[in-house]
Amino acid sequence: MFDQLTERLNQVFDKIRRRGRLTEKDVDAAMREVRLALLEADVHYQVVKDFVQRVKERAVGQEISRALLPAQQVIKIVYEELVHTLGEPEPLNLTGPKPRVLLLVGLQGSGKTTTAAKLARHLRRQGERVMLVAADPYRPAAVQQLQTLGQQLDIPVYYEEGVPPPELVARAHRQAEQGGYTVLIVDTAGRSQLDDRLMQEVQEIARRVEPAEVLLVVDAMIGQEAVAVAQGFRDALPLTGLVLTKMDGDARGGAAISIRSVTGVPIKFLGTGEKLDALETYDPQRLASRILGMGDVLGLIQKAEEALDQEEAERQLERMLRGQFTLEDYLNQLRQVRKLGPIGKILEMLPGDLGRMARQVDPQQAEQQLKKVEAIINSMTREERQRPEIINASRKRRIARGSGTTVQDVNEVLRQYRQAKRVFKQLGRLGPAGLGRLFGGFGGLGGFGAPADFDGPDGDEAEAWPSAAEPTTSLRTRARAARPTPKKKAAPKRKKVKKKKKKKRRR
Amino acid sequence: MRNWLNKWREGLARTRKTTFGRLAQLLGATEITAETWDDLEALLIQADLGVELTLDLLERLKARVRREGITRADELQQVLMEELRALLQPPPAIEYPERPTVILVVGVNGSGKTTTIAKLARRLQNEGRSVLLAAADTFRAAAIDQLKVWGQRLGVPVVAGQPGSDPGAVTYDAVRAAQARGSDVVLVDTAGRLHTRYNLMEELKKVRRVAGKAQPGAPHHVWLVLDATTGQNALQQARAFKDAVGVTGVILAKLDSSAKGGMAFAIQRTLGLPILFVGLGEGPDDLATFDPDAFVQGLLEPDRKAA
Ligand SMILES: Nc1nc2c(ncn2[C@@H]2O[C@H](COP(=O)(O)OP(=O)(O)OP(=O)(O)O)[C@@H](O)[C@H]2O)c(=O)[nH]1
Ligand SMILES: Nc1nc2c(ncn2[C@@H]2O[C@H](COP(=O)(O)OP(=O)(O)OP(=O)(O)O)[C@@H](O)[C@H]2O)c(=O)[nH]1
Ligand SMILES: [Mg+2]
Ligand SMILES: [Mg+2]
Repeated sequence: MFDQLTERLNQVFDKIRRRGRLTEKDVDAAMREVRLALLEADVHYQVVKDFVQRVKERAVGQEISRALLPAQQVIKIVYEELVHTLGEPEPLNLTGPKPRVLLLVGLQGSGKTTTAAKLARHLRRQGERVMLVAADPYRPAAVQQLQTLGQQLDIPVYYEEGVPPPELVARAHRQAEQGGYTVLIVDTAGRSQLDDRLMQEVQEIARRVEPAEVLLVVDAMIGQEAVAVAQGFRDALPLTGLVLTKMDGDARGGAAISIRSVTGVPIKFLGTGEKLDALETYDPQRLASRILGMGDVLGLIQKAEEALDQEEAERQLERMLRGQFTLEDYLNQLRQVRKLGPIGKILEMLPGDLGRMARQVDPQQAEQQLKKVEAIINSMTREERQRPEIINASRKRRIARGSGTTVQDVNEVLRQYRQAKRVFKQLGRLGPAGLGRLFGGFGGLGGFGAPADFDGPDGDEAEAWPSAAEPTTSLRTRARAARPTPKKKAAPKRKKVKKKKKKKRRR
Repeated sequence: MRNWLNKWREGLARTRKTTFGRLAQLLGATEITAETWDDLEALLIQADLGVELTLDLLERLKARVRREGITRADELQQVLMEELRALLQPPPAIEYPERPTVILVVGVNGSGKTTTIAKLARRLQNEGRSVLLAAADTFRAAAIDQLKVWGQRLGVPVVAGQPGSDPGAVTYDAVRAAQARGSDVVLVDTAGRLHTRYNLMEELKKVRRVAGKAQPGAPHHVWLVLDATTGQNALQQARAFKDAVGVTGVILAKLDSSAKGGMAFAIQRTLGLPILFVGLGEGPDDLATFDPDAFVQGLLEPDRKAA
């Protein structure tokens, strides 16, 4: 609803096309929008209030920079303040006597058991000797769940039937110590912070084994109660960190702000899928733009930056912006995009409406469509690629034959290409810009989040699941599907790109 | 007093102290001031009603206050209750048009589907209906075991396949088994899935289709289990599941937590989906029929009544 915060702020400030200082009135008007955006993102009411107050204090009286529109300036302050509140990512604390104990706690169904297994996998890859302990004797098959995951990972899971959790964990600790394990991860039962008996139980566990980390595992979809929950756990236990799970969905994750404000403990990991490699380190800038409803644009940019051949891209871009964008450039772009990874993942990262649209699209079909476009351009002569205007009906027939497609398909590719070209031209008119400018989001792009393990581009659960997808999308839909990617640099996020550019100009 | 209502009250009583106590204070016999409105806004937002609905409600209240010449804050409470209540429909009676009646239970990860199925099975048993459970979550570790444990505890048969097998096939087998046994109801437990995952939503559509192949007309109900602690995302979830598999009703699990479940209002209003049941604990009896009056009262009732 408030996906377009920047746009709304632009409307607010439209009337104030003037220079000078941000007045209280300007800022108040802007803050109303910011407030709504944050509430929509599930940031707690009171936390929003305090936050808005802080931003207001910073903003009022600031000189409006020459390069920025007032809306942009406010967004920048909001964004910086959000990043600041979210805080820097911190690694796990693995100091103290071995085995170091990681205690996972949280509400029912928040993702503790899955996260325990993910952490076990992650730490083993870092050379730790890990043991798990199943301290949830209550929920049906909770123990089997952890045991199954342990088996998958080939990591031992400690459990004894009929032993109360504090004693069980103490025994596991002894066993781990004797066995030369360096880390013991404790999976506990889900509990409400209001449940005195269960809160006492987990306190008792903490007392017996003195954990190096007490991690609160929170579902990213949680609403206003995040604050009460965090307070409850904070009061009962020496929390040391947060894990925000189910970040692979489209929840904005505003609870992160609430919980950070309440507990002050750092966010240590994000859960981004059901599979055991779907654990990521967290990046405050990416999370901040997500909470503001800007999608994971920065994440996408990061991927692009990793994959793109910078120099080639720069060179290409300069030419594109001068309107010299050939079909060859288009093909090059497609190939670059393919390097970004499975197209499904890329589509999922698109922000707002675009993202919602993209999710209606079958990634496999999109992938196929990309291949088709590639085949069509490959079937053209060099001259045709550089001067597409010479492609007449008979050439089209030849190209279609050569690529095993139809003339209609060829037309569609040409149409897409012309559209991309137009977009680039428009971008070019906005002023000089290099790729760095286009992709240079907020406040520099250093310190991106990254998968907790760099073990290759899997983690695409789509592959692990039997696909029941049936080809239902029309060619048009598929064409649309293919489009966000080739023009990932520009077209689908035209507005965003423009915004970034303007924002960048100030630096 | 009916048993479930007590249960409901017990579940909610724990949480009331904090917010609702304040409302009692807030809506005491004082003049309505700007602060009253601010506090009301805080209350509604903090109950997860969402910005849009909250602002809407406040507008309506203000209009009524003007129109009806209300000046005291305690009179406002009645009006607020009416407005909130008007947003909710009482749950329709559940129909069991065929034997077996097939009910597909869906939702995001960890929302409470499997536990809710156990509770529904218990409830159906109490009503004298025979139940069969289908373990169509073949993906999550030990999800099948979890349902089987419940089946054993309740004495209800469970049809399951191998971990990793096709959930559609399990569903088919379960419906066929229920036909053979003459079971009244089949409850299909599906894997948790985020509504944004294309492939998984397609998979769910397939499960739905397969149920229909095993028995024309099935599934007769598709129930979405939402976690009451969920914030604004709940609406997106409900919309996506409704679009994909034609959800016919919503179950609000974990309402015994400190959350108020306010997103139920937006879901009913925007999507027209009835709330059927609420989950009030982890045991098989912790399920109550949704009662709009109790729900609204739970949001607003001052402390003294809760005690
Ligand atoms: N999509 C997604 N699903 C997740 C993530 N983390 C956990 N899950 C799923 O969420 C559900 C609940 O996860 P569990 O690990 O069982 O949660 P828990 O906190 O141990 O639950 P209880 O022990 O019942 O309190 C399961 O279906 C998991 O597969 C995540 O990051 N993304
Ligand atoms: N307090 C409380 N806990 C509940 C309620 N319903 C479910 N739970 C708990 O929430 C956790 C998750 O419940 P499940 O039934 O496993 O959820 P699910 O939707 O089947 O999870 P997945 O299959 O992993 O997606 C478990 O710890 C349940 O005991 C409820 O109404 N109240
Ligand atoms: Mg668990
Ligand atoms: Mg389940």
